[in-house]
Amino acid sequence: MLQNKGFRFFSITTVCIWLGVFALLPNMALFLVSFLDRTDTSFFIPVLTLDNYLRLFAPAFIRILLKSLALACVSTLTCLILGYPFAYLLARSNRRVRPWLFLLVIIPFWTNSLVRTYAIFTILQNNGVLNTLFNRLGLVEGNFSLMYTNFSVFMGLTYTLLPFMILPLYASIEKLNLRLLEAAKDLGAGPVRSFLHVTLPLTLPGIAAGSILVFLPSLSLFYVPEILGGINYRLLGSFIQYNFSKGANWPVGAAASTVLTLLLLLMAVFYRLAGRNEREGGAAALSAPGGQTAPARVERG
Amino acid sequence: MGLERLNPAGTAPGEKQVESRGGPILEMRGVSKNYGSTIALHDVNLHVANGEFLTLLGPSGCGKTTILRLFSGFETPTRGELLLNGQVINDIVPEKRKLNTVFQNYALFPHMTVRENVAFGLRMQKRPKDEINRRVREALHMVHLENLADRRPAQLSGGQQQRVAIARAVINNPLVLLLDEPFSALDFKLRKQMQFEIKHLQRQLGITFVFVTHDQEEAFAMSDRVVVMNEGYIEQIGTPKEIYEEPESLFVARFVGEINILEGVILEVQENNSYLAEVEGVVFPLRTRREFARGEKVRVLLRPEDIKIYHAHEVSAPSRFLQGRINESVYKGATVDVSITLDNGTKIQSAEFFNEDDADISYNAGERVSVSWVAGWEVVLDHAAE
Repeated sequence: MLQNKGFRFFSITTVCIWLGVFALLPNMALFLVSFLDRTDTSFFIPVLTLDNYLRLFAPAFIRILLKSLALACVSTLTCLILGYPFAYLLARSNRRVRPWLFLLVIIPFWTNSLVRTYAIFTILQNNGVLNTLFNRLGLVEGNFSLMYTNFSVFMGLTYTLLPFMILPLYASIEKLNLRLLEAAKDLGAGPVRSFLHVTLPLTLPGIAAGSILVFLPSLSLFYVPEILGGINYRLLGSFIQYNFSKGANWPVGAAASTVLTLLLLLMAVFYRLAGRNEREGGAAALSAPGGQTAPARVERG
Repeated sequence: MGLERLNPAGTAPGEKQVESRGGPILEMRGVSKNYGSTIALHDVNLHVANGEFLTLLGPSGCGKTTILRLFSGFETPTRGELLLNGQVINDIVPEKRKLNTVFQNYALFPHMTVRENVAFGLRMQKRPKDEINRRVREALHMVHLENLADRRPAQLSGGQQQRVAIARAVINNPLVLLLDEPFSALDFKLRKQMQFEIKHLQRQLGITFVFVTHDQEEAFAMSDRVVVMNEGYIEQIGTPKEIYEEPESLFVARFVGEINILEGVILEVQENNSYLAEVEGVVFPLRTRREFARGEKVRVLLRPEDIKIYHAHEVSAPSRFLQGRINESVYKGATVDVSITLDNGTKIQSAEFFNEDDADISYNAGERVSVSWVAGWEVVLDHAAE
C-alpha cells in the first residue's frame, strides 16, 4: 500500500515536472513574448506592447490566416470523405484481411514525413511521375508541373494527415453495435437512411476527433507548405516558423502562435459539446437518484 | 430417426384446431441454411397461423434464432422458400417486410430518446407528424412509459428498455412480431411479469407472435403452439400440453422437463391400442397410439408426477409392482421429490403432491417401496427412436 502510494507520487510528480518544464513553461514564455517589443539587435526587449497582435490585423496576415483555414477545411473534409469509407471497410473486414489493411495505414508512419513530402514532390513536379503518366496515356502533350500551388500543398497535407483521420474513425465505427443497424433495417430504413440516422450520429465522436487531429496540424505543419508551396508560400504554421527563423521577429511569431493556441482551445470546447450527447444519458442516470427510483415504481405498479 | 422428423408440420395434432383461425401468415417450405460447412437448418417446414403465439424452443445452437433471422431477412436461406401472407419473400429486403423484431438486448438507439426510438419506424414510412405523435403516445401508453418519453435508453431499467423495444416494434402494425429471447437479460421476477404482459399484449393486439426461447417454462406459459428444435431439425410441433404429455422423441421428453425412461419388451398385442409388456422385469398393461409388434423393444416414458409410490405394507401383490429402495426424499413445499433405485439398478425420480386423502408421503432413506404409475399416462416410444 505504502509502496503503491510512493510510486503514485513519484510518477505523477515526474509527469507534472516534465509537462511543466517542457510544455507549460515554454508556452507561458511564448505568451509573454507575444506582448513584448523587439529591436534590430535583440529578439525581444522588456517593453510591453500590443503591437504584435495589431500587426496580425494587417491584410497580409489575414490573407495567410484565411488561406490556412480554407486549406485546413478542405484537407479535413477530403480526409473525412476518403477516410470514412476506408475506416468502415477496416472495421467491417474479416480477421484475415484486417491486419493488411491496417498495414496500409501504418506504413506511412514508419517513413519519415519529410521523405514522404519529397515523394509527393517527385510525383507532381515537372517531368514527374504524374506528368510522365499523363503523357504516356496521351492525355496531355508536353510538360507540366503541379508544384508550388495550393493544390500541391493540399495534396501534401491530405496525404500526410489521412491516417490521423482513419484511426479515430475506425475506433468509433468498430464500436458500433451491428444489431442497431439491423434494428434500423427492421424498422424500414434503407441503407442510406440507416447510415444517416444511426451510423453517422453514433460515429460522430470519431468524426470530431479525426477532424481535430487533421485540422490543427494542417494549420501548423510548416515543412509541407515550404517544400510543396515554395519559398514564399505562407500558411499559419510556416508564418510562425518564418518569424522565429529568417524573419527574426519573435514577438509577432509568438502572437500568431497564441492565436493558433486559441483556435485549438475553441475546437476542444466544440469537441466536448459534440461528445456531450453521448455522455449525457449515462451521466444523468448516475447522478439523478430520482431517475432510478421512479422506474422501479413503474415496474412494481 | 423418427417418422415425425421427416414430416414435422403434418403430424402435429394441434395444428388443425389452431389453423381454423386463419391461413398461415408465415410459412417455411423446405428451408435449409448452411454456414460454410455447418448446417444450421435441415429442410424445415413450418406454418405459423394468423393470430397465434408460436414459440421456437430448443437449446442454444438448435437453429431457432436462425429461423427468426430468416423470416426477418437478416439471413438468406440456402434452399427453400419463405412466405409471408402467401407471398414468397426470399428476395425482399428486410426493410420492406411487414415484420418487426424485438431484439435480444433490445438494440435501442442510444442517441435517441424513448419517443424518437418508438417513432423511428413511422418516420421511415414518412407518416404525417401529427399521426406519428398520436401513435407514439398510444404506443407509450400501451407499455406504460408515457412519463419516460424524453429519457435516453441508458437512463432506463432493463424492464423499461424491454417495453420500449416492444413499443418500437408493434407501432408499425406488423403482420408478425418476432421476439428473439427478449427476456434473457431480465431477472426472474421481472421475467415472469413481462411474460404475462407480452401474452396480454398479444391477445389485445391480435398480432401473430413468433417467440424464441430456450426456457421451456416460458414457452409453455405463453404459447398456443410450441416448436421444439434440436440441431437444425424440428423435433415436434404441438400445444404445450401435447409437447409435455405426449413427447414424440426422447429429446423432446428430456428437454421439456424431467422424465423417467424405462426399458420394456412388448409381450402381447391386444385390442384398442393396448399391449402387455414387460417393463424393467415386471408385466404391465400399456396404452399407446403407436403400433408395435410382439417382441419389439420399447421405452416407457413417465413424468415424475405420474409415478406412484407405495409403502411395502400397502401392497398385497408386490409382483405387479416395480420394487426398489428410497434413495432420498426432498421436501419442496408443493411437492415431495423422491428418488428411488429399483432392484435392477434403474433410477426413478418421482414428485408427489400433498394430498388431503393421502397424508403419508414421507419416506425414509433405504425404505423398501413398490412403484407403479397412473395407468394410461405412460408414453411408449420405439426403442430405436432418439
